[in-house]
Amino acid sequence: MTPRDVQKGDAVHPGDPVVVDRYTAAARINHWITAASLVLLAISGLALFHPSLYWLTGLFGGGQTTRTIHPWIGVVLFFGFFGLFLRFWRANLWEHTDNVWLRKARDVLSPDHEENLPEVGKYNAGQKMVFWSMSVLIIVLITSGVVIWDQYFSQYTGVEQKRIAVLVHSIAAIVAICVWIIHVYAAIWVRGTISAMTRGRVTGGWAWRHHRRWLKELVTGKGDRPNATPAE
Amino acid sequence: MFPPIPNPATQPVAPKFGEKDLLRRSASSITPPAQRQTEVAKLIDVSKCIGCKACQSACLEWNDLREEVGVNVGVYDNPHDLTANSWTLMRYTEYENPESGNLEWLIRKDGCMHCEDPGCLKACPAPGAIVQYTNGIVDFVHENCIGCGYCVKGCPFNIPRISKVDHKAYKCTLCSDRVAVGQGPACQKACPTQAIVFGTKDEMKTWADKRVTDLKSRGYKNAGLYDPPGVGGTHVMYVLHHADKPQLYAGLANDPKISPIVEIWKGLTKYAGLTAIAAMATFGFLHHVVNGPNRVSREDEQNAKKLAGGSAS
Repeated sequence: MTPRDVQKGDAVHPGDPVVVDRYTAAARINHWITAASLVLLAISGLALFHPSLYWLTGLFGGGQTTRTIHPWIGVVLFFGFFGLFLRFWRANLWEHTDNVWLRKARDVLSPDHEENLPEVGKYNAGQKMVFWSMSVLIIVLITSGVVIWDQYFSQYTGVEQKRIAVLVHSIAAIVAICVWIIHVYAAIWVRGTISAMTRGRVTGGWAWRHHRRWLKELVTGKGDRPNATPAE
Repeated sequence: MFPPIPNPATQPVAPKFGEKDLLRRSASSITPPAQRQTEVAKLIDVSKCIGCKACQSACLEWNDLREEVGVNVGVYDNPHDLTANSWTLMRYTEYENPESGNLEWLIRKDGCMHCEDPGCLKACPAPGAIVQYTNGIVDFVHENCIGCGYCVKGCPFNIPRISKVDHKAYKCTLCSDRVAVGQGPACQKACPTQAIVFGTKDEMKTWADKRVTDLKSRGYKNAGLYDPPGVGGTHVMYVLHHADKPQLYAGLANDPKISPIVEIWKGLTKYAGLTAIAAMATFGFLHHVVNGPNRVSREDEQNAKKLAGGSAS
């Protein structure tokens, strides 16, 4: 049986260094569409959130266009993330070792104590938390966003519901931006990660260090064998 | 009779207030002028209103607005609600007074109340799209409006409407252009019974006192002035025969105030939110500075090679 965190396209290529395929081209394009819309949403949303950031509306062609375009980008984000959700949800299911990993948060945060942590599959508990919190937040954001999308939906809700929606929307957006900062920072701090989302591959050493169980599963052939996916 | 405002002179008159008389400006911090202008107010005496809608017509006429031809659904309210073109609306309520057994026809002219503490202005994210003059008039500046509808959420009276044509917010201006040259609002000018009078806020309160005394002498023991303190008072006030039950008048708010949800959104959330984001970014920066990057070691690569080398491929 294929372990659930070995996904379509994951493969090991022996060599020097060992190269591990982590994301397919489709997954990467899907990710970057989602990423770009999230950044644009954060900028346009913050522009309307605090007066001192109102100047950011200039990047979108003024206040009126910012107001018009923000919800449409939100629709792109929703469907973009929905695609990511379908791709990644299985590998993000919570496991017992994730609790152990979380309890050792101190070792997680120091670069040389990773040996103290349990062997991690395709995603560690932190990545899983980013995944699930974004999943929930985006549902909250699209729902509350539609309620305050006055141009098309104003007649379906009352003023009081819109007030609640606008408050919920702003709080969820702040949390989402904080989660996004964690996500981006982790990718920067853990060197060798970004190539996973650009070229689709990481080095064997990276996989050994950070996702050893996933690497082992790939090598022992419980996952897709490299020769079973004749992509190269 | 309240002394009518004389007709304007034929010579042009310089406006009496403008940019220099701003008390508040949306999404901006300004220093209000040291000298506040005399506060003005419109007094709507519901007990004198005959429901002729001359005020509605005058408002459309003066502000050069056109309302769509609507449909009759069996009530006198026309249009059925405030719109981006109808900034004032007569709302008709048939009330059977349980004490007297009389059927009372309560007619309230709805529209912007020009709050001293304006919820629309506090909610507005666009700098200068909503201004409050020191004389109490709250006005929308349309070239700055972005049509987000936040003013609708901020307003305790549900007054602003977003135009489906240009996607900007509209409401009663208290005829700020007429008031600036010493005239009263168009609705006041057109009212045939002086149910609408206009003057300084103090004059209006004094006048309202007389009206309330008169109404009480006619048996309306709960007659009173509607100048709700929850929004710091308003610059449009009502004389009501049943001031103890404002909600009788087509749902006029009993104790209007800016919704606590709006206060939290525009207050705590705004500051706590930006602080949280900044704290998160600072944590990342400091963590990286203190710990340095988490790099893959040569040993890791060798281990991987040892592992992968064993697999057939």
